Amino acid sequence: MQKFTTIESTVVPLPVENIDTDQIIPARFLKATTREGFGNNLFRDWRYDEKGYPKKDFILNNSEYTGSILVSGKNFGCGSSREHAAWAIQDYGFKVVVSSFFADIFKNNALNNGVLPVEISEKFLKEINEQVEKNKQSRLIVNLEQQTLTIKDTGVFQKFDINPYKKICFLNGYDDIDYLLSIKDEITTYEKQSNYLSLLK
Amino acid sequence: MKTLFEKIWDAHVVTKVKDGPEVVYIDKHLIHEVTSPQAFSGLEKKGIPVFRPQNTLATADHNVPTLNQHLPIKDPLSKFQVDTLTENCTKYGIKLFGLGHPFQGIVHVIGPELGVTLPGMTIVCGDSHTSTHGAFGAIAFGIGTSEVEQVFATQCILQNKPKTMKIEINGKLAKGVLSKDIILYIISRISSSGGSGYFVEFTGSAIRNLSMEARMTICNMSIEMGARGGLIAPDETTFNYIQGREFAPKDEQFVRAVNYWKSLGSDPGAKFDKTHIFDAGDIEPMITYGTNPGMGIKISGNIPTEALIEDPSEKISFTKSITYMGLQAGECLLGKKVNYIFIGSCTNSRIEDLRLVAQFVKGKKKASHIKALIVPGSKQVQKQAIAEGLDKILSEAGFELRQPGCSACLGMNEDKVPAGEYCISTSNRNFEGRQGPGARTFLASPLTAAASAITGYITDIRTFTD
Ligand code: SF4
Repeated sequence: MQKFTTIESTVVPLPVENIDTDQIIPARFLKATTREGFGNNLFRDWRYDEKGYPKKDFILNNSEYTGSILVSGKNFGCGSSREHAAWAIQDYGFKVVVSSFFADIFKNNALNNGVLPVEISEKFLKEINEQVEKNKQSRLIVNLEQQTLTIKDTGVFQKFDINPYKKICFLNGYDDIDYLLSIKDEITTYEKQSNYLSLLK
Repeated sequence: MKTLFEKIWDAHVVTKVKDGPEVVYIDKHLIHEVTSPQAFSGLEKKGIPVFRPQNTLATADHNVPTLNQHLPIKDPLSKFQVDTLTENCTKYGIKLFGLGHPFQGIVHVIGPELGVTLPGMTIVCGDSHTSTHGAFGAIAFGIGTSEVEQVFATQCILQNKPKTMKIEINGKLAKGVLSKDIILYIISRISSSGGSGYFVEFTGSAIRNLSMEARMTICNMSIEMGARGGLIAPDETTFNYIQGREFAPKDEQFVRAVNYWKSLGSDPGAKFDKTHIFDAGDIEPMITYGTNPGMGIKISGNIPTEALIEDPSEKISFTKSITYMGLQAGECLLGKKVNYIFIGSCTNSRIEDLRLVAQFVKGKKKASHIKALIVPGSKQVQKQAIAEGLDKILSEAGFELRQPGCSACLGMNEDKVPAGEYCISTSNRNFEGRQGPGARTFLASPLTAAASAITGYITDIRTFTD
């Protein structure tokens, strides 16, 4: 995983609630056996019509909105556990997703792929959307060290939560698997002591 | 005093990361062709083996055809993905019930029916409906592919301990109401994100009276209210179901296991972070009208009107949703014409579901415009259905009994619902395009699906049973 520092960027607003991972990446694109290339099909059915032409009214097809921060409605990433959703978002070029609420599995998947889910209040989310409506070039600043999300134009900011362990992982570019591999002895000891495992042996 | 969830969780914590998540040991890891290849290639890149290959079980289900499974898969991408699973399993020494194997089937159907799923276990799979296995009193939940790789490498994953929720349903179910209606009802009441951050224990007399199959339907859809998973305390129904299954503990070991399993139930007075109590008598056959499983109504009821929705952003989502579905706010769905019926998926494709449907359609005929697909959850279910003569009853009624797989639940194979068409589906998700681009899904119980197949429009099963 890449180290994550401060990010300042314009945003792509997608104020829809309950965006499920089937919308982020439809099932028919899950036939790949590698992690790359999913960005092309990010939000496929919202982004392209049946013939494969870009739908004009969809935000990703509007060149006025660009940047590495996606701002979405609440309960983002619900539904299927497909990590392909996080891969698609990352591959497309987003480094941060902002929402007032993330579904559990998606949040984990994003964190495991260097995409930072930033959870803020409904009120602040609304404020961001209003600001972007006023000025499409508005920028957000994500400071992970300070755990703040700031609207650059106004200077208004909000603190966000992140698990301290995950924060260290992000700042240093560590993966969970490195940690787990480092405690293999403890895992083996657990296996020897577990009553349940011995019961089933 | 501990809850069922806490007892199992505490017994599986290897250690805790300082200021971070806990390291949870996984007893059973289930894998399938779609979410495993990138995990295997991760291992390969790092040059590490699978730590405990005997604790992982594989099957091919998401991406397989439901016709002519003896022939090579036609779609080259699907074929490559299924072949990759076979290669990886051979290479890493993992047991695989692949296409053609007598134990092949949807991963959440075969685990229980083979006696692989047991009470007290921790079970994960790269699939959100892993929650199904919670019906046995196991902690079972879906994970992403990075986590699949972690389990391969260390048999553990990092998890923050979820909060606990109790959902109690008491009383007797009315005629024509199935466990699918119970769970659709619960989700409609607490919303598709109402369970977020929680592990849910389902209790109460209505749950205790359910069969294992019916309990699995409930736990299966606990993810649809945003919960990490759902579980039900093991009891005699559970033990009877497990006894004698292929990989279940036998003889002395079974007796010892049952003794342990009996100790797992939540202690009286154990504290939950949240509790909901419902009355089974309030539950009617349910149907969804929108594009998330929380958008459900009593089949005889009306779609809400916008005026009833307070939150402005919810209003936008609601309008977007019913526009996609081609429906009107305030409309009643009874009598609406549908062209497709899908009975299958890890929610409702077990032998009990097929029996119910067969019993109901026996001697009846589906409406001529209906295409009715029945996809059994596993080879064993299919075999049992044929042994009981259900296949004949179904085909005489005009239903097509296919070969096992996920099929039109997610439309990765050829089984798709065409754009703009309505389908009553016994699966668990009605998302936009879930059953195919532009497809419109109504989620309902197998009985509602069967009754609607006969009439050709959305039908209240109670008008048949009374
Ligand atoms: S049947 Fe549907 S929900 Fe179940 S595992 Fe397959 S794709 Fe997922």
